[in-house]
Amino acid sequence: MPEIKVVENILDANDQIAARTRQQLDALGVVALNIMASPGGGKTSVIMQTISALKDEARIGVMEGDVVMIDVEKVAALGVPVTLVNTGGNCHLDANMVSSALPSLPMDALDLLIIENVGNLICPAAFQLGHHVNVVIASVPEGDDKPYKYPAMFRGADVLLLNKIDLMDYIDFRLDYFRHGVEVLNPGVAFFPVSCKTGEGFDAWLDWLRARVAQRSATNEA
Amino acid sequence: MHELGVTQSLLDLAVRHAQQAGAARVTQLNVVIGQMANIVDDSVQFYWEIIAQDTIAAGAVLVFTRVPARLRCRDCGHQFAFDHREFVCPACHGEQIDVEGGDEFYLESIEVDLPADSIAQSDEEERSSHARN
Repeated sequence: MPEIKVVENILDANDQIAARTRQQLDALGVVALNIMASPGGGKTSVIMQTISALKDEARIGVMEGDVVMIDVEKVAALGVPVTLVNTGGNCHLDANMVSSALPSLPMDALDLLIIENVGNLICPAAFQLGHHVNVVIASVPEGDDKPYKYPAMFRGADVLLLNKIDLMDYIDFRLDYFRHGVEVLNPGVAFFPVSCKTGEGFDAWLDWLRARVAQRSATNEA
Repeated sequence: MHELGVTQSLLDLAVRHAQQAGAARVTQLNVVIGQMANIVDDSVQFYWEIIAQDTIAAGAVLVFTRVPARLRCRDCGHQFAFDHREFVCPACHGEQIDVEGGDEFYLESIEVDLPADSIAQSDEEERSSHARN
């Protein structure tokens, strides 16, 4: 029986759409973040605090991958453009959903696009969206073993936030164990322990993000 | 459950390559999945039987090759498997570990039936064209 060599990434079709979106974003000078975490890890809280801190410095738009409007309404209340990407119950965003949702936002009037992915530590890691930065948010109550259980998510991260560090005293979370897992899977990844509740650690994350957006703007003007 | 999207992509990819080769039917897909790719074979198999119906890949066998992540100790060079629990060298207890492989996720090859009837058909066309001449 004849065998035909293929050797092609199974999600190549998705990746091609993502590459086109990335080109569009680059042409517009927009930096896009793909925010990934478990349900309840603090994606929306991190996004809202980030917007509150930066909205006078950068023009921010938000895409919410969800099936209900709750988070969209919360973000809209901050006065930034936001659109729902209805995932129809899907466990992740894909490049086509994001590409189709771009016209719902004033893309030519944005510096930063924040895409909130579906709460899930497994599936979203496999799908390129066209974004520039993978932001993974882990949180203390989820436990210190997450990098070991869901390595793909941590391997693909460009930035890792460890949220809810205000709970560290109440939970057996071995920070060294967690960090070692992350460091082996993804050496040198930017790591910010934060608390949305107390604001601890947030400035370091915001400075990182400011620098990333400035880098894009500079490239775009050059 | 993202295996549905993955399985659909797998089907599209196999059918496209089969058609490019002029094949009549896809009989087998050889899929390579790394240990860290978070893809459940059984789930892909489950979706496959549903979505491949009525395509030229209906009934094709899915053969999965799982590629383990290989861990290598920077201190002593020992290579070992990843147990999803820790990154510590079992030989020297070193914690400087490099990860090699395990992220693979691709369609290696497909096996196909070439269209026997289309060969017969072209013979027939040739005969009838001779007959017309």
